Amino acid sequence: MPKDGEIKSGIGASSKRREDVRFLTGNGNYTDDINIRGQAYVFFLRSDIAHGTLNSVDTSAAAAMPGVVQIFTGADFEAVGGIPCGWLVTDKHGEPMQEPKHPVLAHGKVRHVGEPIAAVVADSLEQARDAAEAIEVDSSELPAVINMKDAFKEGATKVHDDLTSNLCYDWGFVEENKGAVDEAFKNAHHVTTLELVNNRLVANPMEPRVAIGDYARSDEQHTLYTTSQNPHVIRLLMGAFVLGIPEHKLRVISPDVGGGFGTKIFHYQEEAFCTFAAKACNRPVKWTSSRSEAFMSDAHGRDHVTTIQLALDKDNNFTALRTDTLANMGAYLSTFASSVPTWLHGTLMAGNYKTPLIYVNVKAMFTNTVPVDAYRGAGRPEATYQIERVIDMAARELGADPVALRRQNYVTEFPYATPVAVEYDTGDYHATMDKLEEIGDFTGFEARRKESEAKGKWRGLGINNYIEACGIAPSNLVGQLGARAGLYDAATVRVNATGSISVMVGAHSHGQGHETAFPQVVADMIGIDESQIDIVHGDTSKIPFGMGTYGSRSLAVCGSAMVRATEKIIAKAKKIAAHLLEASDTDIELKDGMFSVAGTDKSVAWGDVTLAAYVPHNYPLEEIEPGLEETAFYDPSNFTYPAGAYACEVEVDPDTGKVTIERFSAADDFGNVINPMIVSGQVHGGIAQGVGQALLEGCSYDEESGQLLTGSYMDYAMPRADDLPFYSVDHSCQTPCTHNPLGVKGCGEAGAIGSPPSVVNAVIDALHSGGKEVAHIDMPLTPDRVWNAINNA
Amino acid sequence: MAQVTMIVNGKAASGTVEGRTLLSSFLRETLDLTGTHVGCDTSQCGACVVHVDGVAVKSCTMLAAEADGADVATIEGQAAPDGTLNTIQQAFQDHHGLQCGFCTPGMVMTTAALLKDNPKPSEQEIRVHLEGNICRCTGYHNIIKAIYAASGQDVAALGAD
Repeated sequence: MPKDGEIKSGIGASSKRREDVRFLTGNGNYTDDINIRGQAYVFFLRSDIAHGTLNSVDTSAAAAMPGVVQIFTGADFEAVGGIPCGWLVTDKHGEPMQEPKHPVLAHGKVRHVGEPIAAVVADSLEQARDAAEAIEVDSSELPAVINMKDAFKEGATKVHDDLTSNLCYDWGFVEENKGAVDEAFKNAHHVTTLELVNNRLVANPMEPRVAIGDYARSDEQHTLYTTSQNPHVIRLLMGAFVLGIPEHKLRVISPDVGGGFGTKIFHYQEEAFCTFAAKACNRPVKWTSSRSEAFMSDAHGRDHVTTIQLALDKDNNFTALRTDTLANMGAYLSTFASSVPTWLHGTLMAGNYKTPLIYVNVKAMFTNTVPVDAYRGAGRPEATYQIERVIDMAARELGADPVALRRQNYVTEFPYATPVAVEYDTGDYHATMDKLEEIGDFTGFEARRKESEAKGKWRGLGINNYIEACGIAPSNLVGQLGARAGLYDAATVRVNATGSISVMVGAHSHGQGHETAFPQVVADMIGIDESQIDIVHGDTSKIPFGMGTYGSRSLAVCGSAMVRATEKIIAKAKKIAAHLLEASDTDIELKDGMFSVAGTDKSVAWGDVTLAAYVPHNYPLEEIEPGLEETAFYDPSNFTYPAGAYACEVEVDPDTGKVTIERFSAADDFGNVINPMIVSGQVHGGIAQGVGQALLEGCSYDEESGQLLTGSYMDYAMPRADDLPFYSVDHSCQTPCTHNPLGVKGCGEAGAIGSPPSVVNAVIDALHSGGKEVAHIDMPLTPDRVWNAINNA
Repeated sequence: MAQVTMIVNGKAASGTVEGRTLLSSFLRETLDLTGTHVGCDTSQCGACVVHVDGVAVKSCTMLAAEADGADVATIEGQAAPDGTLNTIQQAFQDHHGLQCGFCTPGMVMTTAALLKDNPKPSEQEIRVHLEGNICRCTGYHNIIKAIYAASGQDVAALGAD
């Protein structure tokens, strides 16, 4: 395999990112940078209580304030649909999940702090904000239910009066296996049990959400500019389910988007509001979220409370695994909320191991909190954390080496059908662990531990494996599982007359570098320079119907569509070349941008062929159409399964409980890699978010009042540069995906999935090295929690 | 409402502002210099860093009126007039020191201030100096490398891949 940097262009090259130039010079075009002549501004009056009855919302004084255009309340939205959930989960009894209506503006009741009650549209944002202060909300506060265990109790306060309880669904997977799993536990030689919390997080892309609605009465055309990872998904959900706007009258534009991490997948009320209000007010309406609003209106992530058990035989083979999880949905079902603790979590509970029997139970709960949905990894970090923590705990209980225990139980033969309904196509878990031992310098650890001890610090080494299901997703499969949309993607390759190419893609780039990496693929296939190819994305009026970017899917799914479309282009171009060269198209070869007749010196350049397609003077018009533009839709036949092994080394200060990350190593198998520089960057960022979850971040509510306690960067600890080390990352272990044309698996989420368990495992290891028999500490491992664990051990 | 006049990226700029108008709003809304970004409302994230009279300032935390008569530099004025990236900008591209680009203008402006005061910062000095700039994409790894490279020091000495 070539080393990084050896390949200078095309697939495998660390091409510098072309999008950087506009971002580095202040010329990015983010949604908030867009201003439309005549636009008005909306300010949302949001609930300051977690749960209450709205007796009245009096807007009369506010309506008379300077600059106010119109004020909207929940009553204005009774005729439109609720914000839809895109995935119907069926519970273990075969019943559909409970699905409450999610109004655009609260009506009758408010169910979480931050829920919008009224919206003031005014000539300026300041005027809108001033007027919102004059709205009189008469509400009766009700008891809030915040803790999921409380929500589950008999007689608990109900978040939704019209539902039978706070239980969204009780999901069992695979229900038919439950008896056999229980039996295996009865017969186990050893059982390790761990209760843990997967802490609630806030995604916090640095760009807050923005929406601008625009409406042209002349042609009844709606346009929504929005900070979305998937403009077609927004068009589909908002047009079809909320506002009843047919697709040909609704254009959704997501320009440069400043990070997503999942929380910009979902369709939000503010998008529907601005689209609706632009028509009602006959003016463009713009909303820009403040960070404070983002904390109480962006969908949160994770928030699972779990008991996991691992059964082993006398030879330390894993014989069964079962897990019971309470998953927080928040007050309403966000777009993909229901799928995260179920299909994106339960199907990964085999991890990298050949555990033969697995049973997963998930009870999804409504609470008076912000809706919870996918955040970088989405279900897979929750699965990985459980598996890799319980294995570590089992190793400690059994006195086994944590690496050896894992290796002994690895899946080693592929394809491998897990007991949780997925089939791993390829992988080599020993290879990534071998690589990890090398880059993590495991042999030098004991010496480093002694150095730490000499300084009065405790050093720990934690490792874990991970596997994820990416390249989301085979449509027919997810349709059977309850998805209310297909999950293919699409690309149109438009070759221009002089040979340059525009590729319109359904994927959306919000930091992933598609504008650089995607052209590398097409350039490689045709043999022309990357600079001849541009990517167009983020505008439903320009791109084919694709499903956007999440689940590490862009290259594996949309990239595959792009390959298929390029293959069609090449096939047609060969026919044109054959005509020009007076040969059979089966004899035409394409190499380095030249078409030649096999075995001869006759050739014609790419640019001559493309010109002939658009100036068809000498052209087989009776056989093929002029022009050179092809579209392909690609629906994957399976998920992809990136996997790897991560190691973290920490130092713990026993006097303060402060944890310092000393080394972090990641050995990933992403299959083939298009741009190693970008892939490493994705892993770095994922690790930082995973370390953030493990050590720093935690979204918390006051359980009495339901107030959000972490509502700004003053309270919610984002990882900063001096919290983190350099990372050692490697993606040279490559088992290409067997079922997509590029052999790629996806790399966007790996770091966030793979890193939390190794951090926690390392801290537990450090504490044990200091003689403290601490079995577990829940994330985030703040100095307070670690100090208490040390001093209570 | 008050009239403010300042030099922005070497050119005279003026406008009418409310007393409460922030410098970040004045730059973005009045002058249409949208490269300065606003990522929070508590002066934590640093996406809005500009230079006022040569000092790095979070422009979301300064009133436009306070900058009356000042010399202001923003991200839009950092590259050469022909578009050639400056040393810091080029280092960020060379070392993949940005992903979504939203925090990047603040990072570049903060780096410029750092290197003015400390032309050869150590890795740790860079990390500490970035305390007021949050990036959610890069994990800072490549930002540190980019800043180190921009200072003219050998990145290989950092021992980071």
